[in-house]
Amino acid sequence: MLNRRHFIGTAATALASQSLLPAWAQSDRQGNRGLDPLTRNQFDLTIGRTPVRIDGRAGHAVTVNDTLPAPLIRMQEGEDIVLRVTNTLDEWSSIHWHGLLVPASMDGVPGVSFPGIAPRSTFEYRFPLKQAGTYWYHSHSAFQEQLGLYGPLVIDPARAEAESYDREFVVVLSDWTFADPHRLFAQLKKMGDTLNFQKRTAADLAADARQDGLGAALGNRAMWGRMRMMPTDLADVNGAQYTYLVNGHGPDDNWTGFFEPGERVRLRIINASAMSIFNVRIPGLPMTVINAHGLDVRPVTFEEFQIGTAETYDVIVEPKDRAYRLVAASIDSSGQALATLTPRLGETAEAPPLRPRPLLTMKDMGMSGMMASDMATPAEPGMEGQGHALTYPENAEPGGAMAGMAMDHGDMTMTDHHHPMGPGVANVAMNPVSRLHEPGLGLERVPHRTLSYAQLRSLRPNTDRRPPEREVEIHLTSNMERYMWSFDGVKFSEVEDSIKFYEGERVRLTLVNDTMMPHPIHLHGMFFDLVIPDYDEGEDGERYLPGLHTILTKPGEKLSVDITPPERGDWAFHCHLLYHMHAGMMQVVSVLPRDDRPPLREIGAGPPQATHPAETPVKRDMDHGEHGGTH
Amino acid sequence: MRTACLIGLLAPLTLTPLHAQEQRDPPWEAADGVYGPEAMREARRRVQDENGDIRYGLAMIDRLEWQDTEGDGTLVWDVQGYYGGDINKVWVKSEGDYSLTDDEVEEAEVQLLYSRAISPYFDLQTGIRQDLEPDGLSHAVLGIQGLAPYWFETDAALFLSEEGDLTGRVEAEVEWFLSQRLILQPRLEAGLSAQSIEERDVGAGLTDVSLGARLRYEVKRSFAPYVGAEWRSRFGETADLQERLGQETDEVVVVAGLRAWF
Repeated sequence: MLNRRHFIGTAATALASQSLLPAWAQSDRQGNRGLDPLTRNQFDLTIGRTPVRIDGRAGHAVTVNDTLPAPLIRMQEGEDIVLRVTNTLDEWSSIHWHGLLVPASMDGVPGVSFPGIAPRSTFEYRFPLKQAGTYWYHSHSAFQEQLGLYGPLVIDPARAEAESYDREFVVVLSDWTFADPHRLFAQLKKMGDTLNFQKRTAADLAADARQDGLGAALGNRAMWGRMRMMPTDLADVNGAQYTYLVNGHGPDDNWTGFFEPGERVRLRIINASAMSIFNVRIPGLPMTVINAHGLDVRPVTFEEFQIGTAETYDVIVEPKDRAYRLVAASIDSSGQALATLTPRLGETAEAPPLRPRPLLTMKDMGMSGMMASDMATPAEPGMEGQGHALTYPENAEPGGAMAGMAMDHGDMTMTDHHHPMGPGVANVAMNPVSRLHEPGLGLERVPHRTLSYAQLRSLRPNTDRRPPEREVEIHLTSNMERYMWSFDGVKFSEVEDSIKFYEGERVRLTLVNDTMMPHPIHLHGMFFDLVIPDYDEGEDGERYLPGLHTILTKPGEKLSVDITPPERGDWAFHCHLLYHMHAGMMQVVSVLPRDDRPPLREIGAGPPQATHPAETPVKRDMDHGEHGGTH
Repeated sequence: MRTACLIGLLAPLTLTPLHAQEQRDPPWEAADGVYGPEAMREARRRVQDENGDIRYGLAMIDRLEWQDTEGDGTLVWDVQGYYGGDINKVWVKSEGDYSLTDDEVEEAEVQLLYSRAISPYFDLQTGIRQDLEPDGLSHAVLGIQGLAPYWFETDAALFLSEEGDLTGRVEAEVEWFLSQRLILQPRLEAGLSAQSIEERDVGAGLTDVSLGARLRYEVKRSFAPYVGAEWRSRFGETADLQERLGQETDEVVVVAGLRAWF
């Protein structure tokens, strides 16, 4: 199908010499003028190993059809699709279609939805397309995704596009390492902070002492030291190891897309990285989001937004007659991916320097509003916005408050932490809060418009407005020191029973992030409606909650999503930070027939009391030595 | 007799948790109907092992250093390594010193320990310690190793020798980042004894303390040369014994060495 609104530059993209890059990923030297709008319904994909060159340095990738990233798969809503995947590796492989509503047996997760693709064998995926939008696909085996096995997937809608545009590009963001990911993972296990080269040093202490006084600066270090945590611990694997890529291009290779001034350009931005969360901006060029996670949303315009691992956002830009630089900075400001949008060959814009690295705060520790003065992170660039966090909790003495908050551990009995504690759980969020209105780490104080989840509204009304019948609460848990990551304190290797959902029921899934890191939590096989505090319905009486397949859950955050499981089967549920998943932050959601659901009182989940999560008042005994925190 | 005592100490901790039992119901099984229970059982085992049950090993040269003692000085090693999963590990430790003046190993010991994570930051360790020098004694070991608040890496252990003597040792290290790669590491070590042990010139109580600081430069995180100084002193009855033998009870030495891990 040829959609006339798609501007086509096929003649220029037909250069066959660039064997390592598919046409859509090629740079201006090869003449990238937009996507080929041709859709197909049959694909042959071959997984293998291919030498690649990133910013001039040679490396080895796991690829599909010898390209990094993997080829663009473009399809048409309503078609029946066949994808023949041949694994030429000597190890098991797999491909998962991220965000696609396919039968469970075609979802591509080894050990959950199918056995996997055995070495030197072919597996045929077949499914009908029931949706449109921007998605992606990647390996769900070992570290193959980190090594290059990821690619974009675009489904053209059966009906007309909601927004018009003249040209489109996919922007696949990823993180490339020349190191062996198994080795990086082992290093994290052995020394969890070993890859961090942005620790606070004596020089930072001196700077903080000048700004806040020596006592405050030392007190702050003492607080973090007491808990054996680092406020600089934002990205386990970061720019010290990664080269951040746009469409397979490092910053020096500088992927470049052409446009004609005055055009409306659609950028299909996909975070296909293994471990990276990016802050994305195009200095001088506002972006208008029109589609999130493959589903159309009401347009919102901003200058910068955060994209969690595995998320996709389609934005419209209207560039003028000049070149622009697209910047995707890792949230810890340790490195950035760069690309160019230009109307003329050879013309680009200056890349902005990296911003100072942000620091975690007490709010990230799940202790919002509970901090004494010595506990707050001293003002850092981007952190003043947290000023409310500096107020004393009622009845708490500055020094004494800590005693009541010792996060030390195994013996902690809290009414809302029902999961096992043990060596894998180093801390719990004592006062998790809703953070959907926040744009994300490092964006709190930027001098321009940002995007938060709370601003997203579905373009089309939600189809299921039933209140949830029951609630399943899951805690994201970790011990950074041992590099253990889990749900509810149980690693995937130790899981003895899956989480049960029932076909067609309305179930609320509530996530509590007990860790100090943001986690992109992905549930396969279904979209969930994000419950936004203070929002119930639009003026027309319909509800427009955004549907997502992945939710970037901030540190110390509590949020809820409502789900109507559409399809039976076992569905993977995991943190999309690859190394967290490998450390155990994974589970399976089994969607069972509706008739199999036990009475609600037996599965221990009454109807949720509050429509909006995390708004319940906090009652807490702040006496010394007490851990009592109830919600 | 002593051997029985060692085994008795080890037995309760060597029972590692049993892995997935075949008889148990699978945790999920929807795909069994499509691809067959055999293939799925194998794939389930693989995916669960791959996501959470990864084994890894560490070899750590904490100190490999030359000390500026009388004469030509002394070479000191303090190394350890482990292999295992998040909870259960086998741990090997060795330390000792070699006198360049006398061209002989003065002290040397090796420990073989079973280690079990008992809290987020601490491992309980038990096993045997074999002294190679000076006297070849065997000991049962019970210790705690981990990360204390304020980032103190600590290792405290009790040793019961085959002669029935009970001794103890506490070590603590902390790292201060002067820059991203220049790190100052104060280190404290103290020895304790429940009784006097004549053969070792040791009295009951606190026997000796060494307090040092090492300044290292991490060329890589895993490879760092360093220089430092250490003050060592003997205490209590041990100090009295030393004085009677006409030896110094205090000394300060300059050290230079290498810290590395793999």
